[in-house]
Amino acid sequence: MSDLALPVRVQVPLEQRLLRLGLLLALAVLLLGLVLPLGTLLLRAFEDADGHFVGLANFVAYVATPSLRIAAWNSLWTAALTTIIVVPLAFGFAYALTRSCIPGKGIFRAVMLLPVLAPSLLPALALIYLFGNQGMLRVLLFGESIYGPAGIVAAQVFYCFPHAALILAVALSTADARLYEAAEVLKAGRARIFATVTLPVARYGLVSASVVVFTLVVTDFGIPKVIGGQFPVLATDVYKQVVGLQNFNMGAVVGLVLLLPAIGAFLLDRWADGQRAGTLSGRAVPYVPKPRRARDLPLLALCLLVSTALVGIVGVAIWGSLVTFWPYNLTLTLNNYDFDRFDTAGWSALWTSVRIALAAAVCGTALVFTTAWLLERGAPGGKLGHAVRFIAGLPLAVPGLVLGLAFILFFNHPANPFGFLYGTLAILVLNGMVHFYTVMHLTAATAIRQLDPEFEAVGASLKVPAVVTFGRVTVPICLPAILDIAVYAFVNVMTTVSAVIFLYGPDTKPASVAVVHMDEAGQASAAAAMAVTILAVTCSVKLLQLASGGLVERLTQRWRRR
Amino acid sequence: MSAGLAEAPGAALAAAPAPYLVVDQVSKSFGTFRALERASLTVGAGEFVSFLGPSGCGKTTLLRAIAGLDPATSGRIVQDGRDITGLPPSARDFGIVFQSYALFPNLNVSENIAYGLRGKAWPRSRRQQRVAELLTLVGLADQATKYPAQLSGGQQQRVALARALANEPGLLLLDEPLSALDAIVRLHLRQEIRALQRRLGVTTVMVTHDQEEAMGVSDRVVVMSRGRIEQIGTPEAIYRHPATAFVAGFVGRSSHFDAVVDATPGMLRAEGLVLPCPATRGLLFGTQVSTYIRPEDVRLGPQAQALPGHFVAQVTHVEFLGPICRVSLEAGRLRLEADVHPSLVPAVGSDVMAALPEDRLLVFPQDV
Repeated sequence: MSDLALPVRVQVPLEQRLLRLGLLLALAVLLLGLVLPLGTLLLRAFEDADGHFVGLANFVAYVATPSLRIAAWNSLWTAALTTIIVVPLAFGFAYALTRSCIPGKGIFRAVMLLPVLAPSLLPALALIYLFGNQGMLRVLLFGESIYGPAGIVAAQVFYCFPHAALILAVALSTADARLYEAAEVLKAGRARIFATVTLPVARYGLVSASVVVFTLVVTDFGIPKVIGGQFPVLATDVYKQVVGLQNFNMGAVVGLVLLLPAIGAFLLDRWADGQRAGTLSGRAVPYVPKPRRARDLPLLALCLLVSTALVGIVGVAIWGSLVTFWPYNLTLTLNNYDFDRFDTAGWSALWTSVRIALAAAVCGTALVFTTAWLLERGAPGGKLGHAVRFIAGLPLAVPGLVLGLAFILFFNHPANPFGFLYGTLAILVLNGMVHFYTVMHLTAATAIRQLDPEFEAVGASLKVPAVVTFGRVTVPICLPAILDIAVYAFVNVMTTVSAVIFLYGPDTKPASVAVVHMDEAGQASAAAAMAVTILAVTCSVKLLQLASGGLVERLTQRWRRR
Repeated sequence: MSAGLAEAPGAALAAAPAPYLVVDQVSKSFGTFRALERASLTVGAGEFVSFLGPSGCGKTTLLRAIAGLDPATSGRIVQDGRDITGLPPSARDFGIVFQSYALFPNLNVSENIAYGLRGKAWPRSRRQQRVAELLTLVGLADQATKYPAQLSGGQQQRVALARALANEPGLLLLDEPLSALDAIVRLHLRQEIRALQRRLGVTTVMVTHDQEEAMGVSDRVVVMSRGRIEQIGTPEAIYRHPATAFVAGFVGRSSHFDAVVDATPGMLRAEGLVLPCPATRGLLFGTQVSTYIRPEDVRLGPQAQALPGHFVAQVTHVEFLGPICRVSLEAGRLRLEADVHPSLVPAVGSDVMAALPEDRLLVFPQDV
């Protein structure tokens, strides 16, 4: 035997090289749709209108402008206030869903999701119906105005509630019954058990929920636009700088400022996520609550109250959209749905939105799922994989408004060979895919990680290409998750305003932008009608998913039954 | 006699048919961590070889290098005369059964077994025939249309075996194939795997951390520790003639104590006792040695009295194990275990005569 240890030259089969190529393609899409636009945004913040490098001059100008400083402060405190209101409410609601024996949990869960399906503009419009200048319940405000912080916070509470409640419901549902039994055997009282067992488990869920709500409020554009009145916030400032003043450089600066809380929140959430690992072992026994009136009745009351508010807000928007002349002539009519009378795009805006959302859902799901599989199984490891994985996590920290701004700065640049995309449907589709990439990626990666890590190895030993295993095993098993991803993409692209407000062209105005325009033009009823129409589309898609769920289950998930 | 000093005879004398698989100086690094250090071994055609060792010893790393799942960093692997070191798994000729079985949960038993039977070589009728053959072979002919989740652990393991054998691979790799099963099924299934392997004559490499399993089914056992091969030999050879202190301590039960080579040739001094041990004749006076003795080799009572170097020990504990009892003894600071027939068990606390037969002491010089 020789004493020489010759390094082994590993042959990379053609298939593996093709899979690497696929990963490269995904990287290219993410570079084009995220990294390069954000890079352009960053550069523009340090340039003047003529493209000369001016260092920090724009930032100095920003800090020196009192109105901009006030906007930043306004964004922060409204977000903080919303968080303080939403998180306890959502915790109570989630607690009721997971740790009590109240009836109708399924219905409460469905109602909880309602705001996710509606554009954020809808609660703002409904609040204007109730408390605006012609509001029915205006007297309840005792002369105060809903236009401003009060309206913003109220609408944000509605809009952010499901996001917080979902996170907390997940955090609370992973409870180990053995811990509760141990605490009880050690004679701990209810309050002590709550403080020492329940809260620690939900701790990181609470951090996550707070972070998500705070970020949503700071970065949301639709609500302050519609109900903010003269109250300036960061999101409306970006819009004003770019669309009103055509000052792209200052817009870029405000965009970067807007990025700060989002990145901070993102890092905090990452930290909480890392801390969470290992709180629940695989051998945990699921906690099953026992009925107890003293706990269940107040929780039921809370759920009823919250659900009534959620349904009520949506109900008001629907009612308002069906009324002839709010609040003086309450005869029902469909006139407000004759969108061609109010906006040049008319009904076609809705079809534009549906087409964008469909394309983003189909292309986005295919891209995201395939990429996640390549990262996890098909062609894992290597610098390329690390790069793609890192970039896939970024969109979560990039507010839609910032992404939209980055898109115009990048694609509108005269030297950009991809400039032809500007004003087309394609750019809106790309924007939608990238905007919601992280959550879709995490869903896909989680589903794939649950599969046995040796599937591809077994395939290789049997000389079956990894792509065949992907098609015959991975995709069929993950089909429910794939549907979830597609519906998530569809609903979010359908309802988002912030990312697309800068990007539409004359023939590609989406419905959510039409809502903003009709509201700006004083056509509040038509705006509400369009928002309701969007809600109807997203609700139908969600219902379709639920209905087809049974069919998909029967066709592809039969093996789950024992 | 000592196995540690002379070349272990069992290993060299093991029946060595024409080598089918040659592993030559194979190393594997993960970053700066050396998971495998210059491992060399050969496996004969039709032989059943087990890699045995504690977790983290590199046995799975070596198996995955042979499979090409995690290619070796350096060295050479030759299968059936072909250098496969750098080949991707798909270009090699093996079937593999994983610890988790990795059955495709959305495919039924037949579809799982037929997974690798594709392409022009396997038209529908031939494929069906082969699947039926394999189902009969593993005794699952009546379970063909069930999904993996509907099968017991043992049945799943058989499906995985049938799937691995479907293409008639030249080499069968088993990665802890039995560790997910409960004790009774394990015993039964390991005998079944062995019988099947004999019948098909397929060269087989199994990774296991269970020495009883390795000893029970293998032609030869490769004992590994910390990325190195400690010994290769028949089950009897590694038990009777362990090549290193690690093997003596890891394989089978043994009592361990440190000793020093005495001035008198062939004598050992340990914890105040002087023990005859011819195996130390070649060692210098004062050499520190690790000494092992198996419980079934320790003699008690009249048997002990007949041997030179016997000593008095106190019984501290008795463990009833069915056919025998394991007696814990203390002589000064020396602690020993001895196997005794249940009818001859001394009372706890009593003093008994004990002796360590000189040809049964396993001594290994300590590297200082």
